[in-house]
Amino acid sequence: MAVSSPPPKSDLQSSEPRPLSRWVGPLVLLGPSGLWLLFLLVLPVLVIFELSLVPNIRPGDVVNPSSLANYWLTFNPINLNVIVRSVGLAVSTTLLCLALGFPVAYWIAILAPARHRNLLLLGFILPLWTSSLLRTYAWITILRPTGVLNSVLGSIGIPPLEILNTTTAVTIGMSYSFLPYMVLILYSSLEKLDTSLLEASADLGAAPLQTFWKITVPQSLPGIAAGSLLVFISSLGDFIDPELLGGASSMTAARLIYNQFLGQTQNWGFGSALSMILILAVSIAIALLLKYGDRDAHR
Amino acid sequence: MTPPDLPNPSRPSPPESTAESAAEPADFLPDESIAMARSFKLNLSWQAIFSIVMFAFMYLPILVLTVYSLNESPYSANWEGFTLEWYERLLQDRRVFFALRNSLTVASCAVLISAVLGTLMAVGLARYRFPGKKLFLGISYLPLIVPDIAMAVATLVFLAAVGFPLSLGTIIAAHVVFCLAYIAIVVSTRLADLDQNLEEAALDLGATPVQAFLQVLLPQLTPGIISGCLLAFVLSMDDFLIASFTAGAGATTLPMEIFSRIRTGVRPDINALSVILISASALLASVAEYLRYKNEAKPQ
Repeated sequence: MAVSSPPPKSDLQSSEPRPLSRWVGPLVLLGPSGLWLLFLLVLPVLVIFELSLVPNIRPGDVVNPSSLANYWLTFNPINLNVIVRSVGLAVSTTLLCLALGFPVAYWIAILAPARHRNLLLLGFILPLWTSSLLRTYAWITILRPTGVLNSVLGSIGIPPLEILNTTTAVTIGMSYSFLPYMVLILYSSLEKLDTSLLEASADLGAAPLQTFWKITVPQSLPGIAAGSLLVFISSLGDFIDPELLGGASSMTAARLIYNQFLGQTQNWGFGSALSMILILAVSIAIALLLKYGDRDAHR
Repeated sequence: MTPPDLPNPSRPSPPESTAESAAEPADFLPDESIAMARSFKLNLSWQAIFSIVMFAFMYLPILVLTVYSLNESPYSANWEGFTLEWYERLLQDRRVFFALRNSLTVASCAVLISAVLGTLMAVGLARYRFPGKKLFLGISYLPLIVPDIAMAVATLVFLAAVGFPLSLGTIIAAHVVFCLAYIAIVVSTRLADLDQNLEEAALDLGATPVQAFLQVLLPQLTPGIISGCLLAFVLSMDDFLIASFTAGAGATTLPMEIFSRIRTGVRPDINALSVILISASALLASVAEYLRYKNEAKPQ
């Protein structure tokens, strides 16, 4: 990640003489964004942490942080079921994106004509620029009982499928939404793959599948890890696909959080606790990836 | 990523990156064909076909919406005849225009503020070392990874806790947080490629730091800032969750309006709206990618 590489040190700072003016530059450059982040990111996260410790809060109550009741509520069988389903959906979406994305990234990065690579990659990720809400809406049109899919199936004599409002529909929708990210990350990893290794492997008599598992996969492992993590995190926090494609049967963590604030069953404390769990899970995952990735780079 | 001690019989020189070999097609082509002939002849066909199927998969929903927006009977999957009725109906829809105006206001303001703050932040982070810099970096890029739903909840709870009234302004303030991160990351990438000597030369020749920033550094950063802004603009226009948590009464943005309509099922006017919006974002994407392409081509 670009974040982890230290930017080149400038000589400018050493040429600034007076101690007071040493602080003017950083304050002018970083002060405004720092304040904005403090008030709209750091404090809000601290406030939901505080609120997550307040059980059964109602508007107007005196805030008195006291218990972990909201966190224990997560382990109530119904809520636990929701969390297990969310993780399951995120895992299946990640695996599907990996399976669908790897051949595409491999083709664009290694097999396709070099001069067309940028254009092909751009073409694949172009749908990302369009509204995610509308792309999900298009899947309703395709998957609904009288939709495109069933009318195509009907014309070749296959009985209609009931896909909309199931977890299958959610998996399809999320895989569609996050596949471009997977391809983008796998591409940038495969692009650096030294193709002479593949040739050497083939020359030494390895079967294509052996070359794939012994050379291609290990060499692109950082990309596979980063892409999978990104898709996993995005699916875990996705609200639009489960909400629009999943129906009542596929309640997920993100929908549960939404309902604690904008739905019928309002419970801000529980919603805050769930959000804290989500933020922590994501931060730990990223920290692990950065640590793992760094070690990999220094080896 | 240089391979460990493996023999490299096919090339006398060390391995080149694909970007370099792209510039030398004569050198590249035989290599490619050797690789294909030796081990990928069978693979090539299935991977190419699979990729074409996946390209079709990516564009299928957009194609479906386009066809439906021109279909006389939007509720059946069959083609019933060509019509522009849904577009006409959409153009008379005041609520859609109201929501569109709100979305454009939010996105423009958020992007303008973020462009200034994000550029200053990227320059500041590249130039100075200070205690807590890693923490600052980590926090500023947090919006890139924390799910929208958690960001939305945190902002709403905080605004409620301090008693700040929700409005269009609160959406803008919340959008700046993630727009800032995207713009800063694009500008940082550009900044890393720049020649620092130019700015130092300006300072040596007697320019004030402000002059050097505005007249030397900023012009070089402009392509990066613009492509960062386009990205942030699209993301702001697309955001549903954060806007619906931080919107005050009457501050309905376009995604909120679309969401409340498609929740109840398939709507013919939304098909038409999709096609218009998708065309607009395709146009914007082309501009952005062109700029990015120029941006990447220039520094060498």
